[in-house]
Amino acid sequence: MTGSALTGSNPTRSDHISATYVVQVRRRRMYGGLTLALFTLLMVSGFVVADGRNAGGFWAGWHQMLDFPADVLSEAWEKRANLPALLVKFFPALVETINIAAASTLIGAMAGLVLALLSTRGLAKWPALIPVFRRIMDVMRAVPEIVIALVLIFILGGGPVPAMIAIAFHTAGALGKLYSEVAENADLKPVEGLGSTGARWIQRMWLGVLPQVAPNFLSYSLLRFEINIRASAILGFVGAGGIGSELRHAMSWGPGRFDEAAAIFVLLFGAIVFFDQLSSRYRNKMIEGQ
Amino acid sequence: MLTLQNLTKTFGDKTAVHKVSFSVDRPMMIGIIGRSGAGKSTVLRMLNRLSDASSGAIRFEGKDITRLKGAERRNWQSRCAMIFQQFNLVPRMDVVSNVLHGTLNRRSTLATMFNLYPDGDIHKAIEILDRLGIAEQAPKRAEALSGGQQQRVAIARALMQDPAIILADEPIASLDPMNAQIVMQALRRIHEEDGRMVIANLHTLDTARRYCDRVIGMRDGRVVFDGAPEALTTDAAREIYGAGTDFSEAATSTEIETLDRPEARPPEVFAEAFA
Repeated sequence: MTGSALTGSNPTRSDHISATYVVQVRRRRMYGGLTLALFTLLMVSGFVVADGRNAGGFWAGWHQMLDFPADVLSEAWEKRANLPALLVKFFPALVETINIAAASTLIGAMAGLVLALLSTRGLAKWPALIPVFRRIMDVMRAVPEIVIALVLIFILGGGPVPAMIAIAFHTAGALGKLYSEVAENADLKPVEGLGSTGARWIQRMWLGVLPQVAPNFLSYSLLRFEINIRASAILGFVGAGGIGSELRHAMSWGPGRFDEAAAIFVLLFGAIVFFDQLSSRYRNKMIEGQ
Repeated sequence: MLTLQNLTKTFGDKTAVHKVSFSVDRPMMIGIIGRSGAGKSTVLRMLNRLSDASSGAIRFEGKDITRLKGAERRNWQSRCAMIFQQFNLVPRMDVVSNVLHGTLNRRSTLATMFNLYPDGDIHKAIEILDRLGIAEQAPKRAEALSGGQQQRVAIARALMQDPAIILADEPIASLDPMNAQIVMQALRRIHEEDGRMVIANLHTLDTARRYCDRVIGMRDGRVVFDGAPEALTTDAAREIYGAGTDFSEAATSTEIETLDRPEARPPEVFAEAFA
């Protein structure tokens, strides 16, 4: 073997390998082309079906899509003098919405962490129960937040608590799935090392896995926090309080209060930008290990 | 042909490479030796333009390489292939695709994104693999290969670039002695048969002596030795490695033959080490 590194090529053998490989490549290209064609077909047919079932029709209505934003903007522009006062007026509602989002993200992340570790191959305490925990997370993700919130509002009455529970429930399922995928790629050697010292499962997870996955977990949690700010604003529409209820009042009254709607959009946009900047800063710090 | 003039690289207030100058007038096989942290890798990375020089110039056939930008820089990189210690292949792609990556600079972005390479290139890639004795591995994923085989795939990728210069950054540091020999022989044959210049960072003296036409020794970012391998005496080696009189070349040798030499492992060395 030592001297065979660069022995002269054997033309027939090399040609045979070439031919087989080219056949393989052709087959792969054909599959690739078929997938692309299928994708295009699905896109077009999906659009046609959706358009057919639409009450108004896409082609008849698309040029009116910008009418509403135009109305809001023009009215807000006319009453732009009110904007600073309105921003101050709605700020407490924004704080309430962010509160709902923060509490539900924290609770959801903790539940998601436990679910993720219990449903990751190689880490799970009870490997046989992995499918059970996975299905639990599937259910948590499958039920829309708004459905849970509506049921809870019916039982507990309106307010921020039902919204928080609803969002936390969904967050636990969603983050659990993402965490579990990150944890799957974690290096098992440190876990084995801790295991060799007689450490318990929680110790192995906390001290062996978390330090490796923390930056990714944090980054997913902060992304989820952003999503939850928007979700808790939407839940305000169905009576969960916060900036969402204010937005519904402003919009459902029609023209006349669009300056308020614009102020609320500005606040929401500002909040998302703020938390995005904040999260990327802390994420970088954590990854650099400072 | 290739000239380095006062090439310097600083990271913050630390100087990794300090005014390195040497020139090469014809294709030859050059070994750069020195301790880890001596600046060997930084020199190669500046040659390939993977990193930029802080000051100084690299001239190849009259053109200053350090000033190239954009497409011109990428053109230079395709003429100046690089081989890495950890192979740096795409692990989940098959061997032939990895070799075909050597043509990326010449092909359109869209075609390569969908892995559409001309049949001629595919045949050429497999010929190169056959030349390196690993044609049978062609359809396998790169990650399924052993270290020695992966390094030969990396050499095949470099050859696919049809480069004027091949830079090898510690090509055998992750390999066992037998695979190290196969890889070094492959690099030597590429130099002799194709007339390409090969510049390799090596961390064992005997490898540099055995395969190279010229040896450059670096210490703390400076060139402290430049000459024929025969001129590399034990004293010169101590100077390069900053070692005392207890330095023995045989103690770090990775050559299999070293085992046959009785002086290779003097028992008192171990006795001292464990005393």
